[in-house]
Amino acid sequence: MTKYLLKRAGQALLVLWAAFTAAYILLQAMPGDSILIKFQDPELGLSPEQIAKIREYYDAGGYLHTVLGFLHGDFGYSVDTGTPVVERLAEGLPETAKLATCAFVLAVLLAVLIAFGSAYSGRLRGLLLAVPSLFISVPAFWLGILLIQVFSFRLRLVPVIGGTELQQLVLPVLTLAVPISAPIAQVLARSIDQVLTQPFVPVVAAKGASRSWILWRHVARNALPPTLTVAGLVFGELIAGSVVTETVFGRTGVGRLTEQAVNAQDAPVLLAVVVLAATAFVLVNLLVDVLFPVLDPRLAT
Amino acid sequence: MRWLSWAVIALVVLWAAMPSLFTGYDPLAGVPAEKLQGPSAAHLFGTDAVGRDLFARVVHGSVHSLSGALVAVAVGLVFGTLLGLIAGSVRGVVDEIVMRVMDVLLSVPGLLLALTVIILLGPGTVHVALAVGVGSVASFARLARAEVVRVRRTDYVEAAFGSGGTFAGVLWRHVLPNSLGPVIALSALQFGVAILAISTLGFLGYGAEPPTPEWGLLIAEGRNYLATSWWLTTLPGAVVVAVVLAAGRISKEIR
Repeated sequence: MTKYLLKRAGQALLVLWAAFTAAYILLQAMPGDSILIKFQDPELGLSPEQIAKIREYYDAGGYLHTVLGFLHGDFGYSVDTGTPVVERLAEGLPETAKLATCAFVLAVLLAVLIAFGSAYSGRLRGLLLAVPSLFISVPAFWLGILLIQVFSFRLRLVPVIGGTELQQLVLPVLTLAVPISAPIAQVLARSIDQVLTQPFVPVVAAKGASRSWILWRHVARNALPPTLTVAGLVFGELIAGSVVTETVFGRTGVGRLTEQAVNAQDAPVLLAVVVLAATAFVLVNLLVDVLFPVLDPRLAT
Repeated sequence: MRWLSWAVIALVVLWAAMPSLFTGYDPLAGVPAEKLQGPSAAHLFGTDAVGRDLFARVVHGSVHSLSGALVAVAVGLVFGTLLGLIAGSVRGVVDEIVMRVMDVLLSVPGLLLALTVIILLGPGTVHVALAVGVGSVASFARLARAEVVRVRRTDYVEAAFGSGGTFAGVLWRHVLPNSLGPVIALSALQFGVAILAISTLGFLGYGAEPPTPEWGLLIAEGRNYLATSWWLTTLPGAVVVAVVLAAGRISKEIR
């Protein structure tokens, strides 16, 4: 058991290091010199020596230096604003964490609703099972715009600007949650179907258990592990989805920061965001692997 | 229902091939007097802020989304299948290295990967298509490898080796064709995913330049008229949803 966990942790570290290195190499190869573009402006009147000094300030001093910096929580300086990348991340992270957490919870709720709903009803089943394919085909940015149109402009339920914290959060959370709920719902529905074909189900039914009792007490527990895996896999999509969601709703956060970084060719910021996303993804999946033996004692032996 | 998804794809392909068959309006030149009109018989999807027919813009824009998605899928299909074929047939250290690199690619969300490629190459339609394609290489490689490993264990491949086939010859004649089925189904799915991703990047402003009628860009332009002109964002988006849904259904059918 400990060996299994150590091996998984080692693999996670390796993937993380490789993701960092790949992103580092890619962003180093960037054509065009964003520092030169920004500071060469004759109006600034900077001498070549001064530009060289500025470059020294930004240049983290090679790969090894950057790796050590990241390990110490020093991500270098943003080319765009000149402030430390850590500061810019710290500014956006709480907002994005709030948005992503709410969206993840809502996505799981939606998935459970769809999957268990389809297991209950015969007539609605086909309709409910078609919902995930629709959810996954909807562009998130368009969904956000549609929600603003309906709830802010037509029904006037949510103000476009201002409003309470909850009002500001509702539509973005929905926008982010809908596409993410689809794969979770699909896997959950499929594993519920699979578990329902197992021999213990008629046995429990023969003992007089109701459909709900069977579903919630017996099937849910057995259908959980595959669902957990896919929930871990879609976690990375939360960060990608926040780029679109935060842009559409004009919220501050890591997603908005990413969009600004791409526009300004701000490589240090993008590197930090990619590493952050990969870290979150790897950690969550490690957590899933750790939880697996707890949920399914057969794996622990 | 089955024919509907094929019909949607066929219609959009026809839009891309012969746009003038479906609309008589110019997608780029508008009639200012007819600006911001709602959908009607004369203008199926209404008109935009400078009086251009929105349906004409959607029809003429299909070629950008479709060709972009085609390039993206081609990149993923060719490189992914090749990597999967090599990893699955050579095995050993090569397999380990290739698949671990694919794991790394999968650990970065698709959109972030695409944005990294775009910061590298700069914006533009072709670059966006390439960026989206790079993001799909890993899924193709994983699937192709799994199929190749399965096919390599079959008796007929053993027989082909036994009767004196060379390594590359057997791979090309027996292993590759018999591994392709699920890979083709994934291509159909990825086609829809690529259309979604391309329109998202277009919306964020990294794709085509205005006034190109790219679908994502159309929706971005309509954003300024949300309060008054719902059709400018709703209708192009509905077209995107229809195409992506159809591609997904077809993928399921092939599988």
